[in-house]
Amino acid sequence: MEMESKMKESSFLPFFHPLGKGAINVINNLGAAAIFFALAFLNIFRPKQIQEIIQQVFYIGAKSSNIVMLIGLFTGMVLGLQLYHTLTKVGSEGFLGSVVALSIIRELGPVLTAIMITARAGSAMTAEIGILRISEQIDALYTMRVDPLRYLVSPRIAASIISFPLLTALFDLIGILGGYLTGVVLLGVNKGTYFYRIHAYVEMADIRGGFIKSLVFALLVSTICCYQGYFTHLRTDSYGSKSVSLSTTSAVVLSCVMVLIADYVVTSFLM
Amino acid sequence: METPLIEFRGVTRRFNGKIVLDRADLKIYENQITTIIGKSGSGKSVLFKHIIGLLSPDEGVILFKGKPVNEMSKKEWDGCRVQISYMFQNNALFDSMTVFENIALPLRQTTNLKKKEIEKRVMSRLEQMELADVIHRYPSELSGGMQKRVALARALVTDPSIVLFDEPTTGQDPVRKNLILSMIAHYRKQFGFTAVLVSHDIPDVFFISDRILILWEGSIAFQETYEELSRLKHPMIDEFLESIEGLRDELTGLLSKKMFRSRYAMTLGGGSGEANSTALLFGIRLDILAGAIGMQAAIEVLKTLGEHVNKYFSPLGGFSSRRSRDNILTILPQVGVEEAEQLVYDFALGLEQKALPDIQELTMRKMGVEACFEIFVFAGITEGRFSDDIEQIIERAATKQKVIAIYQCGKEGSSK
Repeated sequence: MEMESKMKESSFLPFFHPLGKGAINVINNLGAAAIFFALAFLNIFRPKQIQEIIQQVFYIGAKSSNIVMLIGLFTGMVLGLQLYHTLTKVGSEGFLGSVVALSIIRELGPVLTAIMITARAGSAMTAEIGILRISEQIDALYTMRVDPLRYLVSPRIAASIISFPLLTALFDLIGILGGYLTGVVLLGVNKGTYFYRIHAYVEMADIRGGFIKSLVFALLVSTICCYQGYFTHLRTDSYGSKSVSLSTTSAVVLSCVMVLIADYVVTSFLM
Repeated sequence: METPLIEFRGVTRRFNGKIVLDRADLKIYENQITTIIGKSGSGKSVLFKHIIGLLSPDEGVILFKGKPVNEMSKKEWDGCRVQISYMFQNNALFDSMTVFENIALPLRQTTNLKKKEIEKRVMSRLEQMELADVIHRYPSELSGGMQKRVALARALVTDPSIVLFDEPTTGQDPVRKNLILSMIAHYRKQFGFTAVLVSHDIPDVFFISDRILILWEGSIAFQETYEELSRLKHPMIDEFLESIEGLRDELTGLLSKKMFRSRYAMTLGGGSGEANSTALLFGIRLDILAGAIGMQAAIEVLKTLGEHVNKYFSPLGGFSSRRSRDNILTILPQVGVEEAEQLVYDFALGLEQKALPDIQELTMRKMGVEACFEIFVFAGITEGRFSDDIEQIIERAATKQKVIAIYQCGKEGSSK
């Protein structure tokens, strides 16, 4: 009996050991990331930050606007096309405007914008901070009594909080115009009906929900990307430039996954 | 007894179970240049990172002006940190910023100085480092030597009272190495800071250091003056110095001190009785010359003198070594003083007619020195006896030093 339990124990241990280790690791990282975010967020309000924040808004926000508009346009166009054919089957193509607008404002706008910014600016954040870390430039900041969190991370988080909702609004607007292009210009839905339905069915709560999501995504993406870069030297799977590349990949994948998970959670709270 | 500015008491630090610092005890005193030497990977940079607070010890305590750092409040520690500046081994310059922005960064971020004042201070440092014409360039567009100088300018721009230099001369040519070391010594005098260096540039680093610390297998094996180090006979220290000191002085191409000592012992050390050799102590006044033509050009003059001494006296059986920053000792075995005087006269003639005029051209062409300047070369001649040790000979020759060659641009010199 004793022997049997020992055998069971020994056969289960190799399975549970890495699982437990992994779980502890995840919890440690979550705790570290939460502290990292809290410290960086508080540092946003320290002096000498405005110029850095404006610069980051330019990199994260202004420079991402073209790609966000392009994605918004084609998302709206394909939605218009798909929904027109679906709504025609039930004779409700008049509702095209409201369905396109609601889908974009409530769901696609915030999510796709966050994913696009992650790919464009989030990866750059991780790579830049990671390179600063491995070339001892972050240590150099510390020795100059410049708080690296305040100087490098806080402006990026602040700039994300400003840029994400603005780019989401841009995406929404261009997306609705994309739906208009296919629905009204190409497929002949009445122009007045398209905009009237949007006006009638889109409520302030929908727009507010979209913006809440974009704010949550901004915090998530900027924290994950900066955290991965900032602690790239602590990776155990690689060193040097390789660790920067792996951190960048992790940051993008993790950010996209977290955006989708957070999207579900926030949506369920908003409903 | 003077309280050390920085003190380590039994500092131990491990990385992944490997001991890098093993109960290290060290003392760094105010207004001195302290040099830490040790083999590559012996933990010198780790030691530095403990001083600045980038790392904390696993065991032991670090004291700043007698107060343990781990007992200080954040405000107190910030008060200490504001006095320390750190020049990284790899410079750690911000590659996305221009030279000007790199140097201005600590002032912009940690002070409330006005834009014009920051600009003034940065430009003053840049001019001192001869970098004024590269202010808008990025670090990657500069040579290794220039990058070092930018890092030095950044380390000094906040007027720190303690500067840590982590291998400031790595990757430099011998002239530039001496220039950087001279610059450190010069600025230490000018601004009165405490300098702590990690360097392998033996003997040059010894010439500017007040104290030498040897890091050996994680512990401080020696911490005294250079004179103490020269007197000390310890197999471990000898083995260590031999491992990092080459056979020849990098700057002048003359014998290293170690090689000179062994040649000297073979030639004179074992005998007894009357003098059978002559010692010549050549020198220039490096600091005065540097004031006139700049340190880089002054070091070129010293290098030329060393090369010329080697070229002239080696075929006569002589052997030479640099004994201090600007003095070269030559031993001429089996040569009497009178004969040596004639040899020195001929040597000085050659120096004046060929080598020194070449310096003018070199400094003009390479370093843009256009001002008219004078070079005085000194020599002291004394007999070498069997019983003398090297220091006694140097002392005697130094008292007999007089000008043997003068170079004044545009004028023909005359040997004395």
